Amino acid sequence: MKYMLIMRTTDEAIAASRDVDFEEIINAMGKYNESMVTAGVLLAGEGLSDPDEGFVVDFDAEQPIVTDGPYGETHELFNGFWIIEVSSKEEAAEWASRAPLGAGTRMEVRRVHDESDFADHADNEYIQKEQGWREELGTN
Amino acid sequence: MMADSRRTVDAVWRIEGPRIIATLTRVTGDIGLAEDLAQAAIVDALSQWPESGVPRNAGAWLTAVAKRKAIDGWRRRERLDERYRMLAHQLAAGEEQLWEPIPDDVLRLVFTTCHPVLSREAQVPLTLRVVGGLTTDEIARMLLVPVATVQQRIVRAKRTLSAANVPFQTPEENEWGERLGAVLGVVYLIYTEGYAATRGDRWIRTELANEALRLGRVLAGLMPHEPEVHGLVALMEFQSSRFAARVKRDGSSVLLADQDRTRWNRAQIERGRAALGRADAIGRGRGSYSLQAAIAECHAVAPTVEEADWTHIVTLYEALGQLAPSPIIELNRAVAVSMASGPEDAVPIVERLAADGALPRSHLLPSVHGELLRQLGRVEEARAELLTAAELAANERERAVLRAKAAAL
Repeated sequence: MKYMLIMRTTDEAIAASRDVDFEEIINAMGKYNESMVTAGVLLAGEGLSDPDEGFVVDFDAEQPIVTDGPYGETHELFNGFWIIEVSSKEEAAEWASRAPLGAGTRMEVRRVHDESDFADHADNEYIQKEQGWREELGTN
Repeated sequence: MMADSRRTVDAVWRIEGPRIIATLTRVTGDIGLAEDLAQAAIVDALSQWPESGVPRNAGAWLTAVAKRKAIDGWRRRERLDERYRMLAHQLAAGEEQLWEPIPDDVLRLVFTTCHPVLSREAQVPLTLRVVGGLTTDEIARMLLVPVATVQQRIVRAKRTLSAANVPFQTPEENEWGERLGAVLGVVYLIYTEGYAATRGDRWIRTELANEALRLGRVLAGLMPHEPEVHGLVALMEFQSSRFAARVKRDGSSVLLADQDRTRWNRAQIERGRAALGRADAIGRGRGSYSLQAAIAECHAVAPTVEEADWTHIVTLYEALGQLAPSPIIELNRAVAVSMASGPEDAVPIVERLAADGALPRSHLLPSVHGELLRQLGRVEEARAELLTAAELAANERERAVLRAKAAAL
């Protein structure tokens, strides 16, 4: 199963991180990412730039309205994510809690939908048995 | 609460298990003993963590407990065995650095669990257990065998390794290729068991296939300079990208030609292409996994069946047939040739296979032959081949499709 680890931070935490050597932050994150790569669990991940480089599209009015700057008055900013493939919720929790983050930050962990959420379970085992061969030979 | 702590311990084991076992195996020289010690440490964790909470560095905690158990055990038998007495002495004297995992240990572990002295039946559960970090319950569920069977196979595998005195080492250069091939073979076997699913429901298949992919990614991290490791990861990513489109709502299969390509997992295709790119970037040519991945890539990037680069696919099948000749690859090549340059060029390939008596009990050969003859308007011969295929087909649905095709001629 796939989980998305959503990193959230606050203005205060960002300000505090300015006192820390950026090299140190890069190393800690690099080590964390590497540990997930070598464990074979990391599928994707990105860090997001400052919110003032982004914008907000608001759907309250009839026409969507584009506004500059950070997202409303919320102080918790979404600033990066990872997608991992793990075998349990507990394993996702274990990986999330290993992130090199400090006070003022938090990680929201959400399961990513997969096909089994939509599948019916009436598979026929004989058909499946054939499938491996047939797919090789059907037309490919 | 108890169930929760079990799951937490399992999660820690999943992440740390391979390194713990690898470290313990390096020190004790015996993978079976290492596994037993780790199990004993897990029992301690299960009784202590609910009270104390999960330690900050759970892997180090488990390793330290296993170490203490090793020392205690050896002390009890110190009169019996000089070697263990020495080890106990050294460990107790605080050679802590011995207990720090080093990356090469996990690589040694992989080559040990896939050692040729073991049967495939033993390699698969042992690899899932000590490299994949799965519990025996999980392995039993994925392989659809009783838990006792899994335990038995693992115990026997450990005994075999011990009896054969298999050293905890990566292979020498002269046998590297063959041994690497065995490791990749085990991972791909796990994958195809999940992908082609000889038994069980879809959910289990996907889970097992995902497990193989995870192992593949671990191998890619351990052996980044081996092109075939990346080739295998690429192949598995491409095949998995079609999971959702492969089975209809009623459970019947969907041929590649009829699959809804918008349901192919694009992120997964991109990961496959990246992995194949890494294989190629090493610059040592393509092995059979990379070639199969390259064929899968041709399909993955084509908007429709007809638009796939069939000429290139033919070339890839030719190369694959040179590396690993097999009638199935040859038959696939015939289908690719018919798409690239027409059925008249493909029929001789199929006829040669038939003359060689290839795939005697499979409906695949007459089924492809019949379809090619149909396209050429050779109605009587096509009908005969399709009816032969229908007789050989393993299931009723397949049989019905072939009979209908013959009747429509």
